[in-house]
Amino acid sequence: MATPVKVYGPPLSTAVSRVLACLLEKDVNFQLISVNMSKGEHKVPDFLKIQPFGQVPAFQDEEISLFESRAICRYLCDKYADKGNRGLYGTNPLVKASIDQWLEAEGQSFNPPSSVLVFQLAFAPRMKIKQDPAVIKQNEEKLGKVLDVYEQRLGESRFLAGDEFSLADLSHLPNTHYLVSATDRGELFTSRKNVGRWWGEISGRDSWKKVVQMQKQGA
Amino acid sequence: MALKLHGAPMSTCAARVLFCLHEKEADFELVPVNLFAAEHRQPPFLAKNPFGLIPVLEDGDFTLFESRAITAYLCEKLKESGTDLIRHQDLKEAALVKQWMEVEAHHFDPAISKIVFQFSVAPLLGKTPDQAIIDENLENLGKVLDVYEQRLSTSKYLAGDFYSLADLHHIPYTHYFMKTSCAQFINDRPHVKAWWEDISSRPAFMKVGPGMTFGKK
Repeated sequence: MATPVKVYGPPLSTAVSRVLACLLEKDVNFQLISVNMSKGEHKVPDFLKIQPFGQVPAFQDEEISLFESRAICRYLCDKYADKGNRGLYGTNPLVKASIDQWLEAEGQSFNPPSSVLVFQLAFAPRMKIKQDPAVIKQNEEKLGKVLDVYEQRLGESRFLAGDEFSLADLSHLPNTHYLVSATDRGELFTSRKNVGRWWGEISGRDSWKKVVQMQKQGA
Repeated sequence: MALKLHGAPMSTCAARVLFCLHEKEADFELVPVNLFAAEHRQPPFLAKNPFGLIPVLEDGDFTLFESRAITAYLCEKLKESGTDLIRHQDLKEAALVKQWMEVEAHHFDPAISKIVFQFSVAPLLGKTPDQAIIDENLENLGKVLDVYEQRLSTSKYLAGDFYSLADLHHIPYTHYFMKTSCAQFINDRPHVKAWWEDISSRPAFMKVGPGMTFGKK
C-alpha cells in the first residue's frame, strides 16, 4: 500500500477542507497533521519552510512538498488520475479546460466575497471580533451578482463545467457550507432555484459528508 | 483553424494570454472588444462570457474565459511548440508551476491589481487615486514580495530554474506597476528586480508590451 500523503492544517479551515474533499473523491490515503493556529504553529520557522506564507494547508508526499489548495488538488488529480473519481479533473483536454475555467471563476469571482462573508458572519463572532456591516453588505451584493451568473449557468448545465461533478464544483464546497449552515445568509444560495438544486447535490456527496464529519470531530 | 482572442491589448488579463500566445508561437487573431462602449456588458458578448469580462478565447466551436484557464489550455494544446511553459513531462515540475500560478492568482494579483487600478484606471473614470487603498495594498504586496525575494534567492524563476507560466502570469500587472511611483517595491529587492528584468526582456514582451497603454496619454 502506498505511503499516505500528508496534509497539514485543521479541517475547519476552508482551504484545508478543499484538499480533504479532493483526497476523499480520489480515494487517496492521507494523514492529517494538526497545526495549532491559535498557538501560532503556522508561523514557526519549520512550518514556514513548507508554506512560506504561513497559511494552511501544506502538503507532502514522497516526491514533493506543495502549498495552495487548488494546486494541491490539481496535482492529486494528475498523479492519481486512475484512482477514485476519474472524471474529477476531466478525461480530455476540452473538459479539463472547462473545469479550469470554472475553477478560476471560483477563485477570482466567488472566493473573494464569499471568504469575506464566511469570516465576518461565521468566524468573527466566535473570535469575538467586531463585524463590519458595510463590508458585509458590499460583499453580499458582489456575491449575489456572481450567483446570478451561476443561476443562469446551472439552468443550462447540471454542474458548472458540464454534466459531471468536477473539481470546479468541489472547490465551492468549503465556503458555501459555512454560509449555508453557520450563518443566516444561506438563502443567497437556497433562494436561487438552480443554485439551490446544485448545492443540494454537491453537498450530499459522501466525500463532503465525511469532511463535515471531520470538521465536527477536529478542532 | 486560427485561434481568436476577444479582448483589448491594454487589458492586463488579455495581455496575459497574448504573452502566452507569443511564447507558444501560435497563430491567432485579436478581436477587439470596445470596453469604453461597454461592449463586454452586452448580450452578444455575455453569451461568450456570462461574467462580462475579457478575454475570451474561441478555438473553433470551443469557447473559454478566465485568462489563467486560457493560458493553461493553450500550453496543453500547443505543448509541442514554442517555450515549454508548463513542464508537462515532469510531474513534480508541473506541480510547482501550478503552485506558483496559484500564488500569483491569490496573493500577488489581489494586492497589485488594486494599486494599478488606482493609478491607471481610476483617473480614466474621473477619480483621484485613493491613497488609503494604495497604502493598504502596498503593505500586502510588500509581504508577498518578501516571500518572492527569499524564493528567488535560491531559484532563478519561481517554479525552478526554468521560465514558466507562473512567471509569465505576473508580467502584465508588474509592467503597469513599474510605471507608477511605487516601482521601488520591485527595485529594492535585488532578486525580485533581477527576475523582473529577465522576464520583461523576453522577445514576447517586445511584442505585447507596446500595446499596453494604460496610463499613457
